[in-house]
Formats: sequence, C-alpha cells, structure tokens
Amino acid sequence: MPDLCGIELAHPVINASGTYDAIAARRVFGDALLEDFPFSAFVSKTITPEPRAGNAPQRIWETPAGMINSIGLPNKGLEGFLAEDLPQLAELPVPLVVSVMATGQPEFARLVEAVGEREEVAAIELNVSCPNVHSGLIVGEQPSETEALLETLRPLTPKPLIVKLTPNVADPGAVAVAAEAGGADAVSLINTLKASAVDLRTGAPALAAGHGGLSGPAVRPIALQQLRAVLAAVEIPAIGMGGISSGADASEFLAAGAALVAVGTESFRDPLAGSRIARELEIAAQARKPREAALDLD
Amino acid sequence: MTAPLGRRPCEVAGNRASGGYRIFSLVDSEGPTPEPGQFYMLAAESGWGEGGGRPFLPRAISVAETAPAKAGVRLDFLVEGVGPGTSRLCELEPGERVWITGPLGNSFSTPKQVRPGAAGAILVGGGIGIAPLALWRRHLVERGIPLRVLLGFRNRRHSGGLDELFCAGESLCPDVRLASEDGHAGHQGYVTDLLATMLAGDDAGSAVVYSCGPPAMLEAVRALCAEAGVACELALESPMACGYGACFGCAVPKPDGGYMRLCVDGPVVRGDAVAEVAHA
Repeated sequence: MPDLCGIELAHPVINASGTYDAIAARRVFGDALLEDFPFSAFVSKTITPEPRAGNAPQRIWETPAGMINSIGLPNKGLEGFLAEDLPQLAELPVPLVVSVMATGQPEFARLVEAVGEREEVAAIELNVSCPNVHSGLIVGEQPSETEALLETLRPLTPKPLIVKLTPNVADPGAVAVAAEAGGADAVSLINTLKASAVDLRTGAPALAAGHGGLSGPAVRPIALQQLRAVLAAVEIPAIGMGGISSGADASEFLAAGAALVAVGTESFRDPLAGSRIARELEIAAQARKPREAALDLD
Repeated sequence: MTAPLGRRPCEVAGNRASGGYRIFSLVDSEGPTPEPGQFYMLAAESGWGEGGGRPFLPRAISVAETAPAKAGVRLDFLVEGVGPGTSRLCELEPGERVWITGPLGNSFSTPKQVRPGAAGAILVGGGIGIAPLALWRRHLVERGIPLRVLLGFRNRRHSGGLDELFCAGESLCPDVRLASEDGHAGHQGYVTDLLATMLAGDDAGSAVVYSCGPPAMLEAVRALCAEAGVACELALESPMACGYGACFGCAVPKPDGGYMRLCVDGPVVRGDAVAEVAHA
C-alpha cells in the first residue's frame, strides 16, 4: 500500500499542486467526480497569506510536448481559503494536502499554523519557489534559506511537511539535504522549469509575464534525473513528477525510487488522467504477477 | 447541466469544406445535447501529442450545430486551420476518433432572461466566430423570437460556413446580412458598420445583441452596445489548456479588477461583466 508520510493511500498517483481545481471540476462534472476521483490524495493550489488575482493574460503557451505557464498563483488568501474552499475540499474522498507560500518566515509561519491546526488537512506542502523579501533570494534555490525556513516551521505543526523543490538549480540534492536537515518529512519534485517563448506574430514574449514554467512530457527526462539526484542525497521519501502521462511514465519514477508520483499537465488533456495512470500501473503489476506464480509452480 | 466525467472517444461522421473553412461532425453517444454557446475540448486520437511535438493540448471549439443521431447526438464544429491543432482537426477522416470533453461552459441567455422587456435578438458574428451563433440562431427561431443576423468576414479565403449553417436551401436565410472587408459579399466594410446602423434604428432598444468573433470586433460590439444602452452577450475566446477550471490559463479581466476563468465563468459573458475586450 503506498503511503504519504504514513498516511495510507489507495494508489500511488496524486496531483501536482496548481494543476487541478477540484471545486471547479465538481461544478463541471458533478458529483460523479467524487465517485471516481482521479487521485489518491489531493494537493490544493498554493495558498498565500493575502488574496492574489494572478498574472495578466497571456498566461499559457503550447510548446512541443508541453506548455509554458505563468499563472501567478491566483488564490483567495488564507482567510478566504479556510472559509470558502477548505470545507469543499474536505468533501473529497481522499486525504488533503494544502500547498502554502509566503515571502517571509513570519507569514509562512502564520500559514503553516493556521492550516496545520485544521483536522481536514493531512499534510502541508511548502512552495519555496518564492523570494524571501528580507534577503531577496529565492528560498528554494538556496540550501541555507531552505534549512532556515524549515527550522522555523517544523516546530509549528506535527503534520507532515513536504518541500516542493525547484528544478532551476545546479544541485537539487543540496537543497533536498537542507530540507531534510531542517525537519522536512518529504520532498516533491520537480516544479516547472524556467522557460520562455516568443509570439512570432508580434515578436514579443508570448507570455505577459515575459517568462514562465515549462511542464509536460518535454521535461520528463530532466525530472527523472533530478529525482535520482535527490534520492541519492536524502533518506526522506520523494514524490516524483514532471511530464508523467502514462502508467509507463509513472513506472519510471517509481522504479527510480519515488514513493508516489504526481500528475499535472496531463490532467489538462485528460481530466481522469490520474485514475487512468493508476489503472495502467495496476494492469502492469498484474501482468507481472502470473509469471511469478508460474515460476512458483515449477 | 453537468458534463460526463472525463474525456471520451467520438467517431468522426463527416468532414467537408465550407468556403475557406471545414465543418466536421462527431457522434457523441454519451453526452447531453449542448446548449448554444457551449464548447468541447477536442483532440484527435492519433496525430496529437504522441511522439512529442504539437498539437499537444486539446482545443476548445464551440458547437455550430447539433442533430439527433442513430446513437446519440451529432455535433458539428466549424474550424479554420490556423495552427497545428485546428489544422489537424481540418484533416479528420470519417471513422477516425476524437477525444472530447464536454459540453463545457455556459450558454447564451434568451433576450427576456437578459432584460425582461427585450423582444428580439441581433446576432453579430465575425469569421470563425459565427459558429456558436448558428446554433443559437436555430434555437431562437424555434422559440419564435424575432432576430436579425449580421455576419462579417475578412475576405473570401477567410470565410465559410454560410452554406450549411445560415442557408435555407440554396439561398441565405432572409434574416442574415453580410459584410466583408474585401467586398466579396454584402456590405464592403466591417460587420460592426451594419450593427451601428441597426442600433441607430427606432426599435434597437428592445433587442439584445449576441456576438462572437475576433477580439477587435467584440470590443467594437461591446462599445457600440454600451454607447447605445443595449444589453449584449459576448462569446469570448481565451487560451485554454483544460476547459474545466484546472489550468487557470483562460483569465479574462473583470471590470472591477481581478480575472474570471473563461471556461467555468464563460465563455458567454455579459458586455458589462468584462473590462475592454483585449485585442492586439
């Protein structure tokens, strides 16, 4: 039975934060979504202390075997999330992980305390791909910043803390080691790769923000290598993600040592990609079993 | 009305040229009949995303017409091949399959739903944006609601769909007037010229305007209606990866700040519910 920091899950496929709005999907597809929910745990979109409108369009751009996004973390802020979204997410038939981000340790601490004390929340994912307003450095790009943040947050909640690692560093293993040293229970990777595109009709950057993050099958081999590098450096479990679109893709990440896998961009193409991939993994496992049984009989 | 959960394969029942556009038909045996203005996310089963490359994401396409089919409902889509996704859809062969998710989004409101005193409808379409108006026109006609249809095209090559979607027999439906920038059909100029004339008429105040087309045209329609004090509904387009609220790509600015997600809050929006329609 796969598990998320001790929480038993029905299968090893969860969603990547920010790639599935279960509340909107339930509006579109109705309660059938709850009966056939595609993921074994649900990771929320990232919550920030205050509401955010998100970036101006254009926010997305299709690229070969993938897409670039710069959405800008639109969300209702902590109060709005707790009052409006959390009760609805609590109705999902799977454990809930809440992703949080802030630009300073006191604000991060406020989020972790407020979210951590809610019994609907099984675990917290820390989105550290943000600048520390005090140092100006991206927390998740600096081992020292990452460790210091974890040391601040670790005493605030007994719930599992998962650190979402950025791939935009030379040595993701060093950041993972810092997260582990600071008391993280798990890491998840990869976040999107910094990328840009030009709209040739105008000659200007395709995205209003100028650049964004690349996801989809195009990033999968990079994600797999980053996962291997991180697992070679730490003892804590890792949730692997990056372009997983099929059971075979997920098998690569699991074979490399991921405890769980997460699906992001593929859900845009197939709203039930999560359960399809879980089923494909199960079929692959079943296909291996009879051969073993036959060997036992010999 | 909710959509069937997930995507499903549908067989291509036909694909024919219509002017410079193509109209292809799918047979959906599982979903409900869509309402005018709704759309589907479409991706060909083959030649789409496998082996890398593009197209990769499904494309959001409005329904142009529906009809009962032997096994479900026939969905007609009007497309122009302008990029890798629409070009692949233009090449669909009968018997191939297409992954569909939907019907998605909201639909047009009747004139009386928009404004209790409204009596008629003015439909303003531009280019490929005439598609959802074709289905809406049929529904309005069936309800006996008086209407006028104004359709505009850039030139002969960038036009189509009239023969199947806006004709009775060989000739254009009597309620339809055309405009073209190159003068190949109807008024030479913009379709919004026709709208401006119509809104200056005596009974324009009792109508609701429904529009779909390129952003610059929609912005002109929105501004003309606002100036004339006529309510309008606009079917907008925005880059969309998923169609069901997951990707947050299809942000459209609201007049009071912030953004809506067009897939779940649209694609049909009231003219006064959007800030200026963005156009290059």
